[in-house]
Amino acid sequence: MSGIPHDHYEPKTGGEKWLHSRLPIVGLLYDTLMIPTPKNLNWWWIWGIVLAFCLVLQIVTGIILVMHYTPHVDMAFASIEHIMRNVNGGYMLRYLHMNGASLFFVAVYIHIFRGLFYGSYKSPREITWIIGMLIYLCMMGTAFMGYVLPWGQMSFWGATVITGLFGAIPFIGESIQTWLLGGPAVDNATLNRFFSLHYLLPFVIAALVVVHIWAFHSTGNNNPTGVEVRRGSKAEAEKDTLPFWPYFVIKDVFALAVILVVFWAIVGYMPNYLGHPDNYIEANPLVTPAHIVPEWYFLPFYAILRAFTGEVWVVQFASFITGGIIDAKFFGVLAMFGAILAMALAPWLDTSTVRSGKYRPMFKWWFYLLIFDFFALMWLGAMPAEEPFATWSLIASAYWFAYFFVILPILGVIEKPTAQPETIEEDFNAHYGKAGGDATPAE
Amino acid sequence: MLKKLAIGAAFALALTPAASFAAGGGEQHIEDFQFSFEGPFGKYDQNQLQRGLQIYTEVCAACHGLQYVPLRTLSDEGGVGLPEDQVRAYAAENFTVFDPELDDDREARPTDHFPANTAAGAPDLSMMAKARAGFHGPAGLGINQLFKGMGGAEYIASLLDGYTGEEKEEAGTILYENSAFPGGWISMAPPLFDEQVEFADGHEATVEAMSQDVAAFLMWAAEPKMMARKQAGFIGVIFLTILSVLLYLTNKRLWAPVKGKKH
Repeated sequence: MSGIPHDHYEPKTGGEKWLHSRLPIVGLLYDTLMIPTPKNLNWWWIWGIVLAFCLVLQIVTGIILVMHYTPHVDMAFASIEHIMRNVNGGYMLRYLHMNGASLFFVAVYIHIFRGLFYGSYKSPREITWIIGMLIYLCMMGTAFMGYVLPWGQMSFWGATVITGLFGAIPFIGESIQTWLLGGPAVDNATLNRFFSLHYLLPFVIAALVVVHIWAFHSTGNNNPTGVEVRRGSKAEAEKDTLPFWPYFVIKDVFALAVILVVFWAIVGYMPNYLGHPDNYIEANPLVTPAHIVPEWYFLPFYAILRAFTGEVWVVQFASFITGGIIDAKFFGVLAMFGAILAMALAPWLDTSTVRSGKYRPMFKWWFYLLIFDFFALMWLGAMPAEEPFATWSLIASAYWFAYFFVILPILGVIEKPTAQPETIEEDFNAHYGKAGGDATPAE
Repeated sequence: MLKKLAIGAAFALALTPAASFAAGGGEQHIEDFQFSFEGPFGKYDQNQLQRGLQIYTEVCAACHGLQYVPLRTLSDEGGVGLPEDQVRAYAAENFTVFDPELDDDREARPTDHFPANTAAGAPDLSMMAKARAGFHGPAGLGINQLFKGMGGAEYIASLLDGYTGEEKEEAGTILYENSAFPGGWISMAPPLFDEQVEFADGHEATVEAMSQDVAAFLMWAAEPKMMARKQAGFIGVIFLTILSVLLYLTNKRLWAPVKGKKH
């Protein structure tokens, strides 16, 4: 499967040969597990395993929760309390599922920003990147709909606000919103379809994950230097790589265990820290919460959505030239989805031929600023829509777009990259010394 | 109608979320009471929960329900811990429920829930201790909640103990000044006064003490499995830490030849 030369599975016994000639499934698993992996991968490369773990965790806990949950506006809230109080270990299942979503997003954001720094999105890995963005979109949809299911105040009002975004589409928006909700407002029909889709989407994600893995198994992994694995011969490739099993499996599982210590402590000792108190109040269409705040992982994009008000000249200009078709609300929606689209377009916006940010002296600083910008947007998304937060949100949103549409294209032209190592082997040996060579003292 | 609106408005004001500044008006004061159930090894104080139950039954239950709490859980270990026969007697003495089979009211049994009570438009208290955050910020960063906890119980205790004695009339409703309530004015009349409840164990019944007792009871009502959860948390962290150490050593040994180290 991989373009990097390596040993393939050879059936030895009669039984193996019999199976292999009919269904080469063992060979497929062998090739997948033994993929030659750049041996200089650092700790930022462990989040893929964490994400795979999260998907399994969410599906397993989710399937069990469904056995006790009732998707009906009169019973949903009570059925959650039934899970919390009456189901054996139900409180753990639910807290694992709730906080599992947060771990999932922590992991996906680190995974995405790792890709952005080390240029993992660049040729020939554009497909891997695009599939990844689709997975991220599906995750957001799944998380949003899952948050509606407990039928608390934030569930209800979050659903009202977010589906309202579709209502902002000119001409057809209102019809689309009604179609999505199954009625004029968030109600039982909405809860039922969200429940159905919340169950469906994780399996779509699982399928996309397979394609995601397939894609990067075809191109080979990127690595911290961004230098490609030598593919001239198997012997040459082996100098740059190690098989995924056992080297990276053990390394990644070790990292996963450390992360799970923290995760488990949060589930055990502060399971509601990342949640919102209002969601322990049953949904009430007659009482609007003072501030409607989405879950933390939506806040950066929520901030971008709110940043473009009618007072911003860009919005006024857009409204003027389109004859009012693009109003402030629709502009905000476009900006929010545009912010995600900008990430997806990174492979074509970045003009630099150097992959890794390690060797790009100017890029580095713009990238660090982007990380800061991301956290600033996250914080601003939770603030009330008033000054000075409105102005700051606008500046932070502007930088997000500037990074992708202005800075990435220009940097590739004006920046002088520093020297990259010739090979992955050279980079690895610079860190650890030659194999068997200058050994550090034994344990 | 007006009263409903006023209650609605007061209710809406109470919904100040974790990640935002407190609503306008007076500065909220939430006392950081030390509850026995705080910290990784904190446990519910059974005597305190029983006092809290008594206060709830004699005072709060007049207006507030606890509809999500099954009465039988009063005998759960690690919680209120009443003997089962006492729970049976407590349920029968204090509550009646409508039985669709009899088509009539009957005495409550341990298998029933505490009844709902919406007569006065008062919110249900089942999850109140999780539906309010006592501590906010600073600046929406959630650092206070990280170190002090969400503070639902502290909020309830501060609220019950936070009446200043001032009152005003607004839209036909009397509002009472309260130093813990967002906005400073609450439509609930001061519910507790000194020596209102007589405890069998002779424990003091000041407003301050009773506020904390009932707050602890409501924390239990909202999170009855807290002890089991913390235990699961502790065991999980220990085992995962051991697993991490073993995997660290495995990984180190596995990579040692590749990294040119002896092993």
